[in-house]
Amino acid sequence: MTVAKERPGQDDADGVRTAGDPYVPSARRTEREAYKRARARRATAVAALSTLVTAAVLYLVVVNAPGWPRTKETFFDWGYAREALPKVLEGLWLNLRLLLVCGASVLVLGMLLAVARTLRGPVFFPLRVLAAAYTDFFRGLPLIINLLIVVLGVPALRLQGVTVDPVLLGGTALTLTYSAYVAEVFRAGIESVHPSQRAAARSLGLTNRQALRYVVVPQAVRRQVPPLLNDLVSLQKDTGLVSIGGAVDAVRAADIIVGRSLNYTPYIVAGLVFVALTIPMTRFTDWVTARMDRRRAQGGAL
Amino acid sequence: MSDAPVLRMESVRKTFGGTVVLRDIGLEVAPHTVTALIGASGSGKSTLLRCANLLEEIDDGAIWLDGEEITDPRTDQDAVRRRIGVVFQAYNLFPHMTVLENVTLAPRRVHKVPRARAEERARELLDRLGLGAKADEYPDRLSGGQQQRAAIVRALAVRPRLLLLDEITAALDPELVGEVLAVVRDLKDEGMTMVLATHEMGFAREVADQVCFLDGGVVLERGTAEEVFGDPRQERTRRFLRRIVEAGRL
Repeated sequence: MTVAKERPGQDDADGVRTAGDPYVPSARRTEREAYKRARARRATAVAALSTLVTAAVLYLVVVNAPGWPRTKETFFDWGYAREALPKVLEGLWLNLRLLLVCGASVLVLGMLLAVARTLRGPVFFPLRVLAAAYTDFFRGLPLIINLLIVVLGVPALRLQGVTVDPVLLGGTALTLTYSAYVAEVFRAGIESVHPSQRAAARSLGLTNRQALRYVVVPQAVRRQVPPLLNDLVSLQKDTGLVSIGGAVDAVRAADIIVGRSLNYTPYIVAGLVFVALTIPMTRFTDWVTARMDRRRAQGGAL
Repeated sequence: MSDAPVLRMESVRKTFGGTVVLRDIGLEVAPHTVTALIGASGSGKSTLLRCANLLEEIDDGAIWLDGEEITDPRTDQDAVRRRIGVVFQAYNLFPHMTVLENVTLAPRRVHKVPRARAEERARELLDRLGLGAKADEYPDRLSGGQQQRAAIVRALAVRPRLLLLDEITAALDPELVGEVLAVVRDLKDEGMTMVLATHEMGFAREVADQVCFLDGGVVLERGTAEEVFGDPRQERTRRFLRRIVEAGRL
């Protein structure tokens, strides 16, 4: 690193560019920076060594386990993995489409529920109660039971004009449960906006609804982006559960091969594919959060 | 224009839980005058302003705006608030909007002024208050004094009948207080009717036509600035002003 090359604005607290400033770093600064560099090198070396040792220990423990040869055969078979991958990827396309459609409907429905719960006035009483009951019920109901009820129960009713397609029904069940989660995320966001913001909006003559729409909700949504993306990542994995209704998604595609071969490698493949899909999403979440923190660091009340 | 009061309060009572904040408030604000509310912290100055704007519901008494009783539960509260501008101690600008968007929100959404007209007028006002260059910045990029001036512009943009200023310099560094007070002085010269709660006694003395000393939930002393600051009749007022002088604020 360079002592001579000044980063502009770093030493000037007021951000005043000191062009032509004949600044020469002192010996004290040079010594400090040399020490910091040495410390950073040492930290990197320690981290590398520690990682290596941990990996080696883990490897030895797994490989020396009594059942390892058998496990390796049934879970990590290269041949089966190669056979499963194209089928799993084909199934994954269904998961992606489900994620897209369910994600969009969940955001809309979740916001409607959250707003319904914050509406004032006696007219909206039944709406408030219904929204509260809905979130309470679907947050408590295990997703797997919800799926079984919707995917198996609805076709059993034999209603005219109602679909029996396991993909549509599975998607409906996912939307029902996730809307309840997301509604709570939105509601927490709405309640986290300081009352003085609402007071300022109302004192300008905005109605309660306008204050909510232009002042409270935009701030609430911005704040809740990280938890929302977190729920979206979670939804992405749970699209795999529609396979219980018979829809051929990535999990079901793996299941079919497992059923035929009695080798579990396809499950591992499907699992890894989901992980691979989740990682960019998580990085994206981190990026959005970091960007928002940067804006906040510029010194606002946001 | 007649001299009928813009704002009138009679026997206003307001409690929070068991605490009586306003016991029996009477107040009259004539058009084009400035009323300064002074008093110790917690004497109810802010509460009085919040009641006048219907942000708080009073327990008893009545408030009139231009002769219309606004504390009648049948009044359209949003319509009342449209006629009253408020500037808060903590600015309360909307952080997700630029200064221009902050200022044009109410004209556009409440008064249905077309966007171009609203922005034109907003820029005009911002220019006048020395914020022309800051129109497209977000509030968090502005200094405290600039934020407070932006908040004043936001309140003025709807051409209010009455402007309520709640300790608008209390959160500012001393060197920024002057720029905000200068704006209030200009507004007075233009004939804006204002009620301001303040700790800036020097300023209250200079700008106020009427000074009200709040104590124990009532307007204990009321008069012109010379009367209240120069020759207070009540012992409590004298004691309060003495403490202020000792603190070097007058």
